[in-house]
Amino acid sequence: MIVRILGDRLYDVSDRDLPGIERLDTDMDTALKAGDEPAFSAALAELIAKVRSTASALADDDDRKSDLVIPPEGATLQEVRDILDAGV
Amino acid sequence: MSVMKRLSGIVQAKANKALDKAENPADMLDLTYEKQLENLQKVRRALADVATAKKRLELQANDLKTQADKLQSQAKQALSQGQEDLAREALARRATIGEQLEGLGTQHQQVDAQQAQLTQTSQRLSAQIESFRTKKETMKATYQASKAEAGVGEAVSGISESMTDAGMTMQRAQDKIAQMQARSAAVDELLTSGALPDITGSAPDDIQQQLNAASAQSDVDAQLAAMKAELASSAPEALPASSAGASAPAGSADDIAEASVETSDGAGQ
Repeated sequence: MIVRILGDRLYDVSDRDLPGIERLDTDMDTALKAGDEPAFSAALAELIAKVRSTASALADDDDRKSDLVIPPEGATLQEVRDILDAGV
Repeated sequence: MSVMKRLSGIVQAKANKALDKAENPADMLDLTYEKQLENLQKVRRALADVATAKKRLELQANDLKTQADKLQSQAKQALSQGQEDLAREALARRATIGEQLEGLGTQHQQVDAQQAQLTQTSQRLSAQIESFRTKKETMKATYQASKAEAGVGEAVSGISESMTDAGMTMQRAQDKIAQMQARSAAVDELLTSGALPDITGSAPDDIQQQLNAASAQSDVDAQLAAMKAELASSAPEALPASSAGASAPAGSADDIAEASVETSDGAGQ
């Protein structure tokens, strides 16, 4: 599964590590809905740390498309909400 | 629903929208390449903007720190003169500056993070441009030989996604720069409106004027006390001579006292 962290790069996440990443994605979504900024920041930071430590980073010139996209490091709940609400 | 999936949908849709629709794959490859170059130029300009904004923030923070130190010593001086209200005023202003400094510090950290992401983006784009430059020629040749798409769509859509990411990173950096400029302007406004003392040092601030006035007053008091003591110890027959001698310094002490009154009046305006 190819995952992009915005403002960072592409990572190849193995099937074995996917459930842990999806759990943090759910935490992020719950926090987003509840408007819980600290919980959101914590889930996002943990998610990014997990991807960086478990997945393999793809080369800079790799031009594959991603399957999943993670918000940029340090993004606030409001920033992410704005991106999702603004759409395309 | 998954945040990562929703975000992916948005990024893919933006990337598709940004794709140049061309008559044939060869043109599409060239257009994509041109767009990549443009994209890199924009990222580099954004990096320069971040550096400029950061520099301004640092200069302002230095000015504020100097001012905070000055107010701290003014508070001590006021207290030693027994002017507790003035000391309180100096400390209150120092607290206002402290809040501003804290805000600038937070923003500085955010801008540092943007700078790091833009630098990363710039490196990634450069590498992609370098690799795509040769790859697109191979793809063109394959297309001309077989008229097969030769993975052109797949390659350009991946590149378009990468450029979309760069565009979003730039947008975020520009938002942070705008927030930072708003804060810088607010600090400037506070400084010029007098809510904070002038940090340019061009004019003595009102606290300094009051401290100077108080210290001039205590000089006058000390001189008067000294003269009184001198008069008291003088022989009565020597009075006319010494009072004539004392009239000049007494006159100048009056001038100083008047000047102090003027200065403190001026500060009140």
